[in-house]
Amino acid sequence: MSERTIIPFGPQHPVLPEPIHLDLVVEDEKVIEAIPSIGFIHRGLERLVEKKDYVDYVYVAERICGICSFIHGLTYCMAIEELMKVQVPDRAQYLRIIWSELSRIHSHLLWLGLTADSFGFESMFMQSWRLREQILDIIEETTGGRVIFGSAKIGGVRRDISSVKMDEIMKKMNVYRKDIAQLCEQFMKDQTVKHRMQGVGLLSRADAISLGAVGPMLRGSGIAQDIRSTGYSGYDRIGFTPVTETAGDCYARCMVRMREMDASFVMIEQCVGKMTDGPIEVKVTGNPAGEFFMRSEQPRGEAIYYAKANGTKFLSRLRVRTPTFANIPPLLATLAGCQLADVPVIVLTIDPCISCAER
Amino acid sequence: MGMLSRSPWVIHYDGSSCNGCDIEVLAALMPRFDVERFGVVNTGNPKHADILLLTGSINEQNKPVVLNIYNQMPEPKVVLAVGICATSGGIFRECYNVLGGVDKVLPVDVYVPGCAVRPESIIDAVVKGVGILEEKRAAFKAAGKA
Repeated sequence: MSERTIIPFGPQHPVLPEPIHLDLVVEDEKVIEAIPSIGFIHRGLERLVEKKDYVDYVYVAERICGICSFIHGLTYCMAIEELMKVQVPDRAQYLRIIWSELSRIHSHLLWLGLTADSFGFESMFMQSWRLREQILDIIEETTGGRVIFGSAKIGGVRRDISSVKMDEIMKKMNVYRKDIAQLCEQFMKDQTVKHRMQGVGLLSRADAISLGAVGPMLRGSGIAQDIRSTGYSGYDRIGFTPVTETAGDCYARCMVRMREMDASFVMIEQCVGKMTDGPIEVKVTGNPAGEFFMRSEQPRGEAIYYAKANGTKFLSRLRVRTPTFANIPPLLATLAGCQLADVPVIVLTIDPCISCAER
Repeated sequence: MGMLSRSPWVIHYDGSSCNGCDIEVLAALMPRFDVERFGVVNTGNPKHADILLLTGSINEQNKPVVLNIYNQMPEPKVVLAVGICATSGGIFRECYNVLGGVDKVLPVDVYVPGCAVRPESIIDAVVKGVGILEEKRAAFKAAGKA
């Protein structure tokens, strides 16, 4: 038997822009075990509810993560709206879906670039980020921000999109959809990509359930669970079926995300078709009371917000369970037994967002 | 020294930011902004780097990591605090696990505000950083260390 060595991976590592630390126990080139240590980005923002009132906290919730910022803000708003029994106008709900799906597209493009980069496919990295910039342009035109949108608020949304602007955007989106589909095809048909991903990082259906995987990690193992199918924020009014793949390897997880991007374009189109003129917000008065669990589907999987309010303007407790945190146990299970060179690829197929996970 | 000023190598470390600024740092490398055309390279090795680009605030756990990266960089070196969290703690300054901006542990040369910071500001900051690097290098030479 060969000797065991421990190789530290991170926190400062060229593959990931964010710090996560894994101690990889290796025997020759084979990883026996991965031991994570997290907490490098812990800020403790759940306790900020004691210092910022429930309206101001929307801004903090958006800054839990800089990629799915809008959906974080939205989930928090929805939790408070449920507590306060606020009915959000239809137009606001459709606008929320549009921005959520735009976030999903840009997040998946970002992930595609980083994944390609993890095995040295630099030109794909550049191409997918080039397309991502175009999606960010649309976001910037409609919300004013590239990263933090600031357009979700309790009781609706802050900004409207005029019908002229919407037509303009849809014309552009049709072009982008074709570009992205072409890019995905190039990536998925590439022999080298298949070689690096097929059969690597296997997560079986049973393991995915017992280890509590969420999002594309779960759907890549053949389980059709997507929180959007619960119909929050008007998702019940647009046609939607969760995307699944059955192989459970890195390639399947990539495939799920590729197909989700296309599905997001379809959803945005449906929203634009169904949107009618109307108010975009309702006035919210009073303070929340009671407790509520809100679930939403982020690009990385299911996020859970637990809010407990006591009738004052400060919440008494807020708990956030983010998708990356849930995906760490399945990640460790898939890392055991893989080759050392496959570690970055496997880590990236869970689409890690460490700032989400550690808050 | 002219050679170095035309191609500063940057090392990026995420303190405890929300990820927004980090993604914008990467976006600055992309075809739209493409800092590599100026010779700016994002390196993973502190021993190759001239500029330390820090996003996010400082906490007890990442303090030794940040200091370790800084101490491994060769002189002269420049520190950029990118994003409002790195300059002061920003929206998270009241959090129990946030000590404050990068200047709590390192001498910061350029402060870049913004939440999230725009890629244009990052490029601007790197250009400013190169100027400071040049000055430091001159002082370094005058002191007879190089």
